[in-house]
Amino acid sequence: MLKVEGIDVFYGNIQALKNVSLTVEEKEIVTLIGANGAGKTTLLKTLSGLLRPTAGTIQYLGESIRVKPVQSIVKAGISHVPEGRRVFANMTVEENLDLGAYLRKDKKGIKQDLDKVFSLFPILHERRNQLSGTLSGGEQQMLAIGRALMAKPKLLLLDEPSMGLAPLLVKQIFNIIQEINKDGTTILLVEQNAHMALSIANRAYVIETGSVVLSGNASEMQNSEKVKEAYLGGI
Amino acid sequence: MEWIQQIVNGISLGSIYALIALGYTMVYGIIKLINFAHGDVFMIGSFVGFFAITGWNLGFFPALLLSMTVCAILGVIIERVAYKRLRNSTRIAALITAIGVSLLIEYVVIYFRGAQPEAYPKEILPAKSFELFGAKIDSQSLYILLITIVLMVLLQFIVHRTKIGKAMRAVSHDQDAAQLMGINVDTTISATFAIGSALAGAAGVIFGLYYIKIDPLMGIIPGLKAFIAAVLGGIGIIPGAMVGGFILGIVEVIVSAFGFSSWRDAAAFIILILILIFRPSGIFGKNTREKV
Repeated sequence: MLKVEGIDVFYGNIQALKNVSLTVEEKEIVTLIGANGAGKTTLLKTLSGLLRPTAGTIQYLGESIRVKPVQSIVKAGISHVPEGRRVFANMTVEENLDLGAYLRKDKKGIKQDLDKVFSLFPILHERRNQLSGTLSGGEQQMLAIGRALMAKPKLLLLDEPSMGLAPLLVKQIFNIIQEINKDGTTILLVEQNAHMALSIANRAYVIETGSVVLSGNASEMQNSEKVKEAYLGGI
Repeated sequence: MEWIQQIVNGISLGSIYALIALGYTMVYGIIKLINFAHGDVFMIGSFVGFFAITGWNLGFFPALLLSMTVCAILGVIIERVAYKRLRNSTRIAALITAIGVSLLIEYVVIYFRGAQPEAYPKEILPAKSFELFGAKIDSQSLYILLITIVLMVLLQFIVHRTKIGKAMRAVSHDQDAAQLMGINVDTTISATFAIGSALAGAAGVIFGLYYIKIDPLMGIIPGLKAFIAAVLGGIGIIPGAMVGGFILGIVEVIVSAFGFSSWRDAAAFIILILILIFRPSGIFGKNTREKV
């Protein structure tokens, strides 16, 4: 579904990604783990078009999206839940969700998806007229995911959905991610919480200082000595 | 009951400030630029209205619409030509460019038609006066207030109920996140300039109707005053600009009414200084905290 080959990304003179390749197959959950500053967020931003690679190719559903504007990428079915949720704090929950469906014109479908989001996250329904800046961190994360789902994505990019959340909430969010996946949405999940990420993913990539250093089945990775040592706290 | 009359005068003046201030505040809200050329868009609006009324014999309302349309287009051109390429540069570079655009507009107008003033024809709108609680109220003041209110309601509707309005609010809050929704940031910024400039155009025609005399440098002082009004209400906040405009208009008229009319400009700037010292975020501004 998504095929990234040999991309380089720079911030000014600093190279953030070096020759990164990865693939995501339809209906998979693929996770990308790595330490702070390894380039995980950079990669997601590049996939959604906010950043541009200087080399390499990005194929999505057989088409190159490397130079496509962000809107076209969203329209083609890639939704990105950014790091730190980035909800529109000055707008209500419902307005945020409406914006998620910004490019859609099928009113009926939008309504259906809104109901779907509300059934996934009942708390959002309860708070639909509240300003999203007043929500708790967990609720904002749910809103950010719900907002991305409103675009009816085929591929959902999730950037650190567990960041700053209590363990119980993290579990809840991860359950919902699995549910979304079962519904037919492919997921690329970026996480620092490697343990949680590997427990729900099919495959995983480990990224270190801008390069992919390891990849494989999530279950194998969970048992790999190297991953254990570096990311699972040597359990 | 002279004070009622003074308040009415203040509201008329405040309407003009408020309409201009809205453009300042909207543009600031979305690209964090104080568009100092905005007062000159107001001037162009006033001249377009003048030529439409005297040259083409249009009525007041068609002239108002024409002026708003021309200003909207002008605003979009200014943004595309001068500011767009500076979006990722320092704010001071954009600010200096805005001052440059302001001077360019003023002196291009002077180059082509000279610096002499024009006088708006009287009686474009029925100018009857009537008594209200013992005060003599001019029907033109009521028209001005009415037009302003209609435009503000329309603006609120656009900003809160339409797709482009929601896009504008999203872009002003978080440009990257807005892009991830599929919002076209360039189009949204253009729309903001178009709407803000149209309001300045309307203010220009109303100004001509109310003060009669217009000239190519007329935009400077009202532009600065409207900027103060926007800061007073809280820059970037739309209702703030409306309230700030009305307050400033009323304060100026009161200062004049007490016999200090030569101090009215000073009063506005004293307000600016005070607000910057004691409440820099303005009346409606607040420090919103975000949860991380």
